[in-house]
Amino acid sequence: MRFSIYRYQPESGDAPSMQPFELAVRPGMMLREALLALRDTDPTLAFRHSCGEGVCGSDAMNVNGRNVLACTTPVDGLKEPVQIRPLPGMPVVRDLIVDMEPFFRQYRAIQPYLQVNDPLPESEQRQSPTERQRLDGLYECILCGCCSTACPSFWWNPDKFLGPAALLQAWRFLADSRDQGREARLDFLEGPFRLFRCHSIMNCVEVCPKGLNPTRTIGLIRQMMLREMG
Amino acid sequence: MTVVHRRFDVLVIGAGGGGLRAALQLASQEARVAVVSKVFPTRSHTVAAQGGVNAALANVTPDNWQWHLYDTVKGSDWLGDQDAIEYMCRTAAERVIELEHYGVPFSRLDDGRIYQRPFGGQSQHFGGAQAARTCAAADRTGHAILHTLYQQNIRCRTTFFDEYFALDLIQDEEGHVLGAVTLEIATGDVVVIEARATLLATGGAGQLYRTNTNARINTGDGLAMALRAGLPLQDMEFFQFHPTGIAGKGMLISEAVRGEGGYLVNGDGERFMSRYAPKAHDLASRDVVSRAIYTEVQEGRGCGTERDHVQLHISHLGEAAIAERLPGIREMCQTFLGIDPAASPIPVYPTAHYMMGGIPTSRDARVVVPAGSGEEAVPGLWAAGECACVSVHGANRLGGNSLLDIIVFGRAAADDIERWLQEAPYHRPLPEAAVARSLQRLEALEQDDDGERPAELRKAIQATMEQYCGVFRTEAKLQEGLAQVQALAQRSLKLRLSDRSRIFNIERIEALETQNLAALACATVASALARTESRGAHSRVDHPERDDAQWLRHTLYFHQPARLEYKPVKLRPLTAEPIPPVERIY
Ligand SMILES: Cc1cc2nc3c(=O)[nH]c(=O)nc-3n(C[C@H](O)[C@H](O)[C@H](O)COP(=O)(O)OP(=O)(O)OC[C@H]3O[C@@H](n4cnc5c(N)ncnc54)[C@H](O)[C@@H]3O)c2cc1C
Ligand code: SF4
Ligand code: SF4
Ligand code: FES
Repeated sequence: MRFSIYRYQPESGDAPSMQPFELAVRPGMMLREALLALRDTDPTLAFRHSCGEGVCGSDAMNVNGRNVLACTTPVDGLKEPVQIRPLPGMPVVRDLIVDMEPFFRQYRAIQPYLQVNDPLPESEQRQSPTERQRLDGLYECILCGCCSTACPSFWWNPDKFLGPAALLQAWRFLADSRDQGREARLDFLEGPFRLFRCHSIMNCVEVCPKGLNPTRTIGLIRQMMLREMG
Repeated sequence: MTVVHRRFDVLVIGAGGGGLRAALQLASQEARVAVVSKVFPTRSHTVAAQGGVNAALANVTPDNWQWHLYDTVKGSDWLGDQDAIEYMCRTAAERVIELEHYGVPFSRLDDGRIYQRPFGGQSQHFGGAQAARTCAAADRTGHAILHTLYQQNIRCRTTFFDEYFALDLIQDEEGHVLGAVTLEIATGDVVVIEARATLLATGGAGQLYRTNTNARINTGDGLAMALRAGLPLQDMEFFQFHPTGIAGKGMLISEAVRGEGGYLVNGDGERFMSRYAPKAHDLASRDVVSRAIYTEVQEGRGCGTERDHVQLHISHLGEAAIAERLPGIREMCQTFLGIDPAASPIPVYPTAHYMMGGIPTSRDARVVVPAGSGEEAVPGLWAAGECACVSVHGANRLGGNSLLDIIVFGRAAADDIERWLQEAPYHRPLPEAAVARSLQRLEALEQDDDGERPAELRKAIQATMEQYCGVFRTEAKLQEGLAQVQALAQRSLKLRLSDRSRIFNIERIEALETQNLAALACATVASALARTESRGAHSRVDHPERDDAQWLRHTLYFHQPARLEYKPVKLRPLTAEPIPPVERIY
């Protein structure tokens, strides 16, 4: 199978370029394994990865124009040469490794932690199965960044627009029956940029490797705002 | 080489559940805490834990911590220290409730309490009916816990050093640990982090074996750092093979599948576990189930055209239950096997999973070394989580007890460190030579033009461990294995890097990890060779019986020069009645 992989090594002084590779792939091989096999021939090829099963969120990259996790992407059926690039719109550190700080900064900005003001009970806070079910499709996010780096609004305003991943997490806490930070959370999301830069282009939904739906949650936040803030 | 100095009250090495639980406690008490991790915190391996965390909440079946204590001691094949086990089981409920308060999205029962499922080795009334003790967030409990702990650390403004690789501990002449030397992966800069207290929470070393359930980063770095600092490692011969890895691939299929009612079937269509564990069947403890699967396959009763695995059936649970309780497992089967477990059985085979051994610690997570007839604490150093050995898992860990271990002893470490910070209010002076050893190791990597590639050597270590120190062990195999891993350890000191860049040089990190793995391979095989009995996960074909007269004791392995010492098992709980060793039947 033929690959064309983005190479950039800042110390070399050379401009970024696409390097061709070839590999005899096995049936059922995942892209991460293919990249590891390529590393055996060229150990300078740099990319992040760890769990190998789609739960740690390390190995997001852009493959044939689409953001994916390498470890859950079968090589079978990929159009050749397989074009592999770093996540779009992010500062490239080296090869396929980007600086994720703009992404994590927006995550931290939404105060992604449960806020409870009432005194806590001695045992667990009760939550009905129905209330708990509202967190499904939200808490599973692995912070891989596939969605936000596929979002045109995030490319143009990475410092002002929170992006789909952070907004999905904002809703994860707004939707939690235990959370008491609603008012402040909604206040924070007000204004033309943080939330309202989303134009429902749906790129985020299309690429999320965990099948989550940030666009839907953005809509739900808007509805809640209208309801609660008038 | 640029060397940067930073100073904190506490240095936590590792941002898995153990490290983050400790950091959260300390940061919320206003201590200045630095957390160093070689990957972004939520990429730590705790994220992969599926099934759940044990605590006798009694939400589903009657339960109490005494039964949990009994099950854990029995599970450990009596090698676990009963005082530490009592401490863990007694504090379990409080620690899990605390997690819920932090925001962990546990699954719920109809009345709103935390959902609990049955797991292997759990019983009511000291060996009676099956208990349901494992608190679960669907089958993504580790993810739920790790993300929540990270989130709470954001609230407390913990200082994170993400993608920094810890090289070595810093010690002065009196043996005080003063912090660690680290490498910033993105820049190649060396950063010395000074601290009055240092906690190792670097996780396990599943990468010792070729087929394993562990992430690529699980290379046991903290344990190797301890060895290089002259500290021993305890009970390294006990390595858990999980019965149900995806056959040929290694990804874990959680015990939760059997807890929810799944069962194993051999090539003859027989539910064979009943022959090996007449009472507990498929929910016997892991060492027992793994050996049963090996035996079935070895005796020609495997499944598939190669007859090289067995099958795990869950389709009878029904689509709805699988979607609600085991969505992650289902997703994994669809991605990596192209099957839906709601319709077809899962091919499984035992896979290297968990390291029971580790850096010896006391109940308050202080690292301890032999001294006179007892032991003493290493000043300034703590260890918690999979890299530590307190020892609550003994010769075999029960499912759901590791997530418990990391939150209980992560918190215990923090409490003890808080006391220590009061007693030791100043930083001790840093000895000049402290950093030199790490720098030398880095320089050596830059200079060698011959030698092997790190990736090749890592593969050789993994293949050797699998062949000579797997589930079934013999004197002859271990002898040969020891000679081989010692040779590999020698070779690991001379590695050749093709990548000489400073910026995000992954090959350099792999080289450092491979050196660490090589040292741990020596520790594991040497400890296994000496122990001439079978206990828990350590199964000696040439010594099939447990031998309490000679071997009811912990191994301590020291590196360079390699030697073994032993210390007694603590057979008395803190307050409960001791549980005397008897034959272990499930
Ligand atoms: C697939 C799987 C499923 C599991 N399921 C369960 C379960 O259901 N229930 C249960 O109780 N247990 C389970 N376990 C076991 C349990 O998840 C682990 O034992 C536990 O999470 C380990 O946590 P830890 O905090 O000790 O280490 P980890 O979570 O492994 O974290 C280690 C940390 O140390 C850092 N680190 C390591 N080396 C260095 C270095 N040199 N420099 C800087 N940082 C470093 C890493 O970056 C990471 O942040 C499972 C394990 C696996 C593999
Ligand atoms: S739907 Fe909104 S958040 Fe998602 S990609 Fe489009 S603009 Fe971005
Ligand atoms: S929402 Fe999906 S794509 Fe976005 S960060 Fe989370 S897991 Fe990744
Ligand atoms: S390696 Fe963890 S998500 Fe791909």
